[in-house]
Amino acid sequence: MIELNQFLILSALLFSIGVIGIFLNRKNVIIILMSIEIILLAVNINLVSFSYFLNDLTGQIFSLFVLTVAAAEAAIGLAILVIYNRNAGSIEIEKINTLKG
Amino acid sequence: MSISLITFYLFSAILLLSSLMVISTKNPVHSVLFLILAFLNAAGIFVILHAEFLAMILIIVYVGAVAVLFLFVVMMLDFKTSLEKDNILQYMPIGLLIGLVFIAELVIVLINTRLDLSNIQILSNPLDNFSDQSNTEAIGSILYTNYVLYFQLSGVILLVAMVGSIVLTLRDREGVKRQIVSEQVDRKGKIELLDVKSGEGIDL
Repeated sequence: MIELNQFLILSALLFSIGVIGIFLNRKNVIIILMSIEIILLAVNINLVSFSYFLNDLTGQIFSLFVLTVAAAEAAIGLAILVIYNRNAGSIEIEKINTLKG
Repeated sequence: MSISLITFYLFSAILLLSSLMVISTKNPVHSVLFLILAFLNAAGIFVILHAEFLAMILIIVYVGAVAVLFLFVVMMLDFKTSLEKDNILQYMPIGLLIGLVFIAELVIVLINTRLDLSNIQILSNPLDNFSDQSNTEAIGSILYTNYVLYFQLSGVILLVAMVGSIVLTLRDREGVKRQIVSEQVDRKGKIELLDVKSGEGIDL
């Protein structure tokens, strides 16, 4: 039988991969958006595995809402990317330094 | 080793490998395709956890909509892979350090603790209430009753996202001929009806 800890370790590893992806990537913003999707997927795996091992359905409902928010966020993020690319001609992170932050 | 354990290891190995490939490949198109592979394997994990509805939603919404949206944008934007030597080494140490600290903390904690969930009494929607229903039926029966407010709020979130992305990407182009209905209707005095005799024509 699979234990809860195995699922939690899997989602911890997935979460860390997403975080590393945000830090390592210096090429384009799209990979960062994909890293955010990976992080949200790790959160979903956590919610669903607790739902299964607690024998409770609430985790799956929460996971459904996380999916909704992730889809909305991807749509808005990609729209921002498209207009940024139209105005600035590039979406390389190194060159997005208008705010000098 | 039971069948489910073997399946779990297979799915999770492919999931981790493909998400590593997402963040490490040079070509963004390959990244999106590996992201799709990762989502499919996560759907497999969900099936192992008896969350069939969420697994199918993951495939339909993520693979069918979100990943294809990513693919569209990647192919539309046509960013050239930058020619200069990428200075990935500049951020490699800090990124790897943070990542390894993350992994070490989480995994050490999770390996050493045993979560005992057997005597938790705060369940709000115990699965035993839905033992005669399928997973989809059970989710529907509480999503549309107890959680209907959150359901409608998520609908509002989707609406705002839709309106927002349309407004963001809308642009007025120069030199596009559009129909202006008010000018078409209001044309009194601008046109004139003439009676033209056959074979003679008129001078304008």
